Amino acid sequence: MATVSIPTILRTHTGGEKSVEAKGATVAEVIDDLDSRHSGLRDRLITNGNLHRFVNVYVDDEDVRFAGGLQAPVKDASTVTILPAVAGGVR
Amino acid sequence: MLVIRADLVDEIVAHARRDHPNEACGVIAGPEGSGRPERFIPMVNAAALPGYPGFHHPETGTLRFGDTFYVWESKADLLLNRELDARDETMVVIYHSHTKPGSEAYPSVIDTEIAQGFPDDVHHVIVGMQHPEAPGRPDVRSYRIVGAGLVEAGLVEEAVDVVESYMFAHTGADDVPDSV
Repeated sequence: MATVSIPTILRTHTGGEKSVEAKGATVAEVIDDLDSRHSGLRDRLITNGNLHRFVNVYVDDEDVRFAGGLQAPVKDASTVTILPAVAGGVR
Repeated sequence: MLVIRADLVDEIVAHARRDHPNEACGVIAGPEGSGRPERFIPMVNAAALPGYPGFHHPETGTLRFGDTFYVWESKADLLLNRELDARDETMVVIYHSHTKPGSEAYPSVIDTEIAQGFPDDVHHVIVGMQHPEAPGRPDVRSYRIVGAGLVEAGLVEEAVDVVESYMFAHTGADDVPDSV
């Protein structure tokens, strides 16, 4: 099982838990598994089949955007970290 | 209302001046649960770095770089979160500057979208740097996210109370309690 670190804003889906376990060989599978027990998480992370543009997901500290995106491999002992991105600026 | 020490506001403004004409960004962290901004942490605007490919702005269709867009480098975001966790701190203030003429200290659509990724007690501070050479403190405004979802959510402006110290600001800081 991979360990998934949940950001504050999404802990309403995990009953307040900062960290939960999930299984899956890819980021997509891990998110599906999470969503099966913590309903609503998938919709907060994925838009139109892609990772939401302002969500950062890391597998063992590597940003998955540079490692295959939702298909990035996850190992059994991996740590998956989800964070809100910070960006913005003028209209 | 955001209650914030003057020296921290000065740090934000100094950072905004340093990075001008690019947008400056960063955080003021505070002890978890205190809501009190204490530790100034400037971040790097990755959109202002050489080699940044540009951000396709969904609203305007323009390609944005550091003078009209800011983004934290994702690794720096991860490291900051880890450091804050280890110190039992949270992001109390998330700030950035707007630098283009006519771009006052009001939030954009993306500013609102980003704010939705954070708890509603986070203060989103914007510095208006249209006149960087003007003496004195530029326009510094603070916003909080209200509501949820793409349609209902919005950033609402709140008052900013700039204080010399938190000692008498009823924030319980500076090691000496407010008189009861």
